[in-house]
Amino acid sequence: MDAILAQLLNGLDKGGAYALIALGLTLVFGTLGVVNFAHGALFMLGAFCAVTFRELITLETVTTDPTQLSPWGTPLEIRTPLAQTWFGEWGGFLIDYSVPLSILLAIPVMLLIGIAMERGIIRFFYKRSHAEQILVTYGLAIVLQEVVKAIFGPNPISQPMPPALAGAADVGSWIGLGANVVTYPWWRLVYFLFSLGVMGGVFALLRFTTFGMVVRAGMADRETVGLLGVNIGRRFTIMFGLAAVVAGLAGVMYTPLVPPNYHLGMDFLVLSFVVVVVGGMGSLPGAVAAGFLLGILQSFASMNEVKTIIPGIDQIIVYATAVVILLVRPRGLMGRRGMMES
Amino acid sequence: MTNFRSPSRRTLLRGGLAGIVATGVSPLIFSKGAWAQEFCNNPTGDSVTLGFNMPLTGAYADEGADQQRALELAVQHLNGEGDGGLIPTFSSKTLKGNGILGKKVAFVTGDDQTKADAGRDSARRMIERDGAIMICGASSSAVAVAEQALCQEMGVIYMAGLTHSNDTTGKDKKRYGFRHFFNAYQSGVALGPVLGKQYGTDRVAYHLTSDYTWGWTQEESMRKATEALGWKTITPVRTPVGAGDFSQYLTPVLNSGADVLILNHYGFDGVNSLTQAVQFGMKDKEVNGKKFEIVLPLVSDLMAKGAGTAIQDVYGTGNWDWQLTDDASKAFTKSFGAKYGQPPSQIAHTSYVQALLYADAVERAGTFYPPEVIKALEDFDFDGMGNGPTTYRGADHQCFKQVYVVKGKEKPANPFDLLEVVDTASKDSVTYDPAIFGGELGPYDPAMCA
Repeated sequence: MDAILAQLLNGLDKGGAYALIALGLTLVFGTLGVVNFAHGALFMLGAFCAVTFRELITLETVTTDPTQLSPWGTPLEIRTPLAQTWFGEWGGFLIDYSVPLSILLAIPVMLLIGIAMERGIIRFFYKRSHAEQILVTYGLAIVLQEVVKAIFGPNPISQPMPPALAGAADVGSWIGLGANVVTYPWWRLVYFLFSLGVMGGVFALLRFTTFGMVVRAGMADRETVGLLGVNIGRRFTIMFGLAAVVAGLAGVMYTPLVPPNYHLGMDFLVLSFVVVVVGGMGSLPGAVAAGFLLGILQSFASMNEVKTIIPGIDQIIVYATAVVILLVRPRGLMGRRGMMES
Repeated sequence: MTNFRSPSRRTLLRGGLAGIVATGVSPLIFSKGAWAQEFCNNPTGDSVTLGFNMPLTGAYADEGADQQRALELAVQHLNGEGDGGLIPTFSSKTLKGNGILGKKVAFVTGDDQTKADAGRDSARRMIERDGAIMICGASSSAVAVAEQALCQEMGVIYMAGLTHSNDTTGKDKKRYGFRHFFNAYQSGVALGPVLGKQYGTDRVAYHLTSDYTWGWTQEESMRKATEALGWKTITPVRTPVGAGDFSQYLTPVLNSGADVLILNHYGFDGVNSLTQAVQFGMKDKEVNGKKFEIVLPLVSDLMAKGAGTAIQDVYGTGNWDWQLTDDASKAFTKSFGAKYGQPPSQIAHTSYVQALLYADAVERAGTFYPPEVIKALEDFDFDGMGNGPTTYRGADHQCFKQVYVVKGKEKPANPFDLLEVVDTASKDSVTYDPAIFGGELGPYDPAMCA
């Protein structure tokens, strides 16, 4: 029971990341009909918003202390972060909480990147085939990752989580399993809740606002909405920016879990497409459901008991599930009838 | 009837000398000249090119960057620039800071991307395009084994960087490949007794293992060492290299009944799995009435830096440490620190030493001809490189020297003071029969870059 609960928590936390990325991907497909292979790069750019924010607030002044020598005989360098010099204790707080605070930077930056990407490149490919869209967006992803590599270097850059959230929560004791029976890292629980919050926000925007209602109408029948005099193109551009923000936020909060490098987006790209296909192309609830489903399956497939029966299953479970779904139900779990079924 | 005049003593001596010259010495002289034509990338100009192939990207990129720093420093010292580093402390006194055999040392670099196929391609490019006469590098055993095999095929000597798999000088050993770094077997021999003393003999170990040659041999060696203590082992779990997020593999550890987690991971994988294990609260956990422990059998300063406080109190082994107090270690740390503003890691040390050992072997052989250089390295005893008395065993091209058991420091005195040496396994205790790992070295005959 305790092992299953721990694995379930792990699946939910993994699934949160998958669902967030897939949500943005399916938003773009559902509104613009574009297969965006640069979506993983947006996740990576979000992660590097966190890196940039931290680098800015940890800029240091370097002084030397001639009374102390380094092990190789040069005067010892003393480094003081400017944030601490300027803000005292608050400077230390800013540095400790740089990851959640960098959301404030990531939202406008990712919105601008998303809109610029859509206006600058993607809109010229709306009427082209999916194959051409894939080629151009994949090329764009490579360009973006090479730019990041040129600026930040090829190596992963660690982003510490806030000290208050660095340990593990005693989840078992919350549900009466006893102390220290099931523990799970605080930050991963925060990530799961954060992903739920962002997904809830997106659904609320689409469900309960006029903007969302128009977008949903446009997703169902773009031509008719256009004939009513609504500038649906502008709203879809904003939706592209919103999808970039969702991917970017997923990237920001992921940085304390795995230090980001320029290749981070590619690691998630294929996986997120599998999530979208399993959930049903263009289906927002489908993307979320498939994200969590595949995260949980992947987590359980990593258990020794399972791997003893089917060695290597943890590496193929996601793709094997996709194959089965596509064979049995080509439109995916919650895809529109007829989608990919012709 | 023919009269034969009996030869005088002078005639006999003259004739004998001519005969010796004609049949004995002259072929050697000619063949020494002929070597110039008969091996890959024989340097004919006034410089010689070495190829440095490192992981500048991928899971071991931190190690690769430090490796490059050290190799560039070695080239400087070989060419007589800087303070000479380890040249003055090296027991062999052939290196004079005038290059190798009077030729200025040049170098080319490549990125093996921590991938065997990319490493082979890069090494081949350096041999075919840049004329490299020796390849030095790799931070991954899979890459080292692949590059070593390529160098054997092409007739170019390979001085391995950080490769810790038993296979490199075991079943995959090659005549043209040499390893200064220690191996997984030696880690087990050195670390086992310390773990027994610290954690007792009644333990249950859970292994997470990088799924390639190094991980497998490291896991096997650690199992042997800990099971000899009386520890039990839960079926090990293999993890892909560069997995990034190890949470799905760490979660089952918590409820497995294990009270020790052994992470057979290196580089960024080691940093990620260790920090994530600590995030899961494993250091604060009690299992079977004992404190849960984490072991990282192969650890470096670079990993310790990446792991931050997670490395504290974690045991592992190392080939060398910059805080060793012998003259050679101090000299190398001073030289490296003055140039780069940070202490050298163990991969920097081993790579630097390999470059000097190759240059010294060429000087002692008096030629770049690979078979003679190989013979100069085989069974070579030396000292003054920071590891105490060392032997390059001819039977498998493995260096034998002391091995250090290290622990993450609880209270670092400075940002570089991350590991402390807590025990030293003697050279004799880590020496083993080369037959236990099998393999064949192969021929001395040099291939022609083919």
